[in-house]
Amino acid sequence: MAGKTLYDKLWDAHLVKQRDDGSSLIYIDRHILHEVTSPQAFEGLRMADRKPWRLDVNVATPDHNISTDTAERAAGVDGIPDEVSRIQVKTLDDNCDYFGIREFGMNEMGQGIVHVMGPELGASLPGMTVVCGDSHTATHGAFACLAHGIGTSEVEHVLATQCLVAKKMKNMLINVEGQLGNGVTPKDVVLAIIGEIGTAGGTGYAIEFAGQVFRDMSIEGRMTVCNMAIEAGARVGMVAADDKTIEYFKGRQFAPTGEVWDQAVAYWETLQSDADAMFDAVVELSGGDIAPQVTWGTSPEMVAPVTGLIPCAENEQDPAKKQGIERALTYMGLEGGTPIVEIPVDRVFIGSCTNSRIEDMRAAAEVAKGRKVSESIKQVLVVPGSQMVKAQAEAEGLDKIFIEAGMDWREPGCSMCLAMNADKLGAGEHCASTSNRNFEGRQGGGGRTHLVSPAMAAAAAIAGHITDVRSFD
Amino acid sequence: MKAFTVHKGLVAPMDRANVDTDMIIPKQFLKSIKRSGFGPNLFDELRYLDEGAPGQDCTNRPLNPDFPLNWSRYQGASVLLCRENFGCGSSREHAPWALDDYGFRAVIAPSFADIFFTNCFKNGLLPIVLEENIVDKLFEEAEENEGYELSVDLSRQVVVTPSGEELSFSVDEFSKHCLLEGLDEIGLTLNEVDSIRAYEAAREKDTPWLFGAIK
Ligand code: SF4
Repeated sequence: MAGKTLYDKLWDAHLVKQRDDGSSLIYIDRHILHEVTSPQAFEGLRMADRKPWRLDVNVATPDHNISTDTAERAAGVDGIPDEVSRIQVKTLDDNCDYFGIREFGMNEMGQGIVHVMGPELGASLPGMTVVCGDSHTATHGAFACLAHGIGTSEVEHVLATQCLVAKKMKNMLINVEGQLGNGVTPKDVVLAIIGEIGTAGGTGYAIEFAGQVFRDMSIEGRMTVCNMAIEAGARVGMVAADDKTIEYFKGRQFAPTGEVWDQAVAYWETLQSDADAMFDAVVELSGGDIAPQVTWGTSPEMVAPVTGLIPCAENEQDPAKKQGIERALTYMGLEGGTPIVEIPVDRVFIGSCTNSRIEDMRAAAEVAKGRKVSESIKQVLVVPGSQMVKAQAEAEGLDKIFIEAGMDWREPGCSMCLAMNADKLGAGEHCASTSNRNFEGRQGGGGRTHLVSPAMAAAAAIAGHITDVRSFD
Repeated sequence: MKAFTVHKGLVAPMDRANVDTDMIIPKQFLKSIKRSGFGPNLFDELRYLDEGAPGQDCTNRPLNPDFPLNWSRYQGASVLLCRENFGCGSSREHAPWALDDYGFRAVIAPSFADIFFTNCFKNGLLPIVLEENIVDKLFEEAEENEGYELSVDLSRQVVVTPSGEELSFSVDEFSKHCLLEGLDEIGLTLNEVDSIRAYEAAREKDTPWLFGAIK
């Protein structure tokens, strides 16, 4: 019999019951909640007079629609200017109080974007099943978790039963061998993968990322890649555990200590696919071929190397794809055949659960250091992913580098990734953004998003247009 | 949950691939702490010419005349015909809530994004996967014939066209059962209390660090 994949192992370890109708009940080890997708779930619990099954698995924090402005943040929850947002954040506070769920409040150390704060607190750990009412939950797969996003009904289901009704996915292996060139980052790797397999390429699969490129990558880099598994259509993305994984969790707030730590490590060391495991699909890429990537359209698969050109619709044979390119270019106000480096930029956003960790801040600061933001740029927002990232960045003096370069250093939250607060693009504005979605209107009605790495975003801020960061010394 | 057995309704076409959840319900409406009332803002950015705000009365907003759902022939539609990868993007259940609140009972497409697909079932909305060439044909028929209706029979797992042609689709047993009966999935899972407790007890022994860490 063939060996098991990492996904098979995690699935088997969490299977509570295989039902006769083909559905399965799987156990959930960690549940992270935020203000947007939880209120209706808590309301459901109250209406049915149910209580959370366990309290010690849930952790909550507000992130999606809180202000990132320092003065507004200082005014606390009552100071949130938008009434609807204020009610939503308050509702999370009230629900956590009422049900006894551990919350990291808006201005508390530990608060941050759900997928940044979970790992850094050791709230999510290798080998766990991790869910959150947010599609980017796959982020936690970077350290061999079975992690995926769920809808609000499932949030309620997990709260009430500690289980989910699930169906096993198929296994996909994405193998990237070789080495990345200078200036090429995890973000470029994942954008290149999405360009290769398309936004529906991973639908129905759990993806395991493997190969030399991932072995060489930091845990934070692996989080950036797994984060965008959903943009490749897959609910689950993961990387096997290795020494770096174990090292990463040592000393984290909710990580085990002493003998239990040793016991945990012994288990974590088994979290790899067996050598003879079978995958339903295998995709191979060469790390050395990947250049910094830039999206030019309105779907993450509409991506090209920075050295390339925006594609021309007339060269596309498939009528549906052709129509898609035409529609995207009209929305983006761009013409086929234009070099990627000629894409104009009005605003820059460095942040989001894809790229707001300390290594991302360092990569952006390295480019910004000693340079000034181009005068043609209206705004550069640098938004750390969590209070801990913010504190660490400030301890390293990165905030000063950003401010001296002419960038805005903000308070942690989702910010312009989805523009639920005041951080938005104006209609027609182009943004070099380190976030994960370039859908129409995602960063503000009529806004035009170009997904890039933190280094590429900082370089665009300095140059005033998309540019190849490798041309900076 | 609302049960779904047989539904016959007017078909509205949404001729666009990769319709994402931001398109289905833009983020500003996610601030609501309620489950209902999202219908007027379904496809807000495509449907209206101005920018929508939560809590606003939509009856006098300028409509985009190019958007099919605004055409008189599609008023009252309850079956949405879509292209591939419908519902991609976020996990927001507000997307099926908005479709349901607007009046849709079934969505037909060649493929759906995983999370959206799951979320539909939890809300009595039936997502139906049909082969691409069949969907192409339904688009043609719906666009050519005003008042084009389809009938969906969940228990027999068929979509019936006006000419009587039956197009079969697959649906997993569990979801079908829950939808047909309008069952509360949480209640069903809670029937398995013993299995869950037994699993938990074994797990606490093997992986003690997963218990009691967060207080
Ligand atoms: S940063 Fe963006 S993608 Fe990540 S959780 Fe927040 S809104 Fe979602």
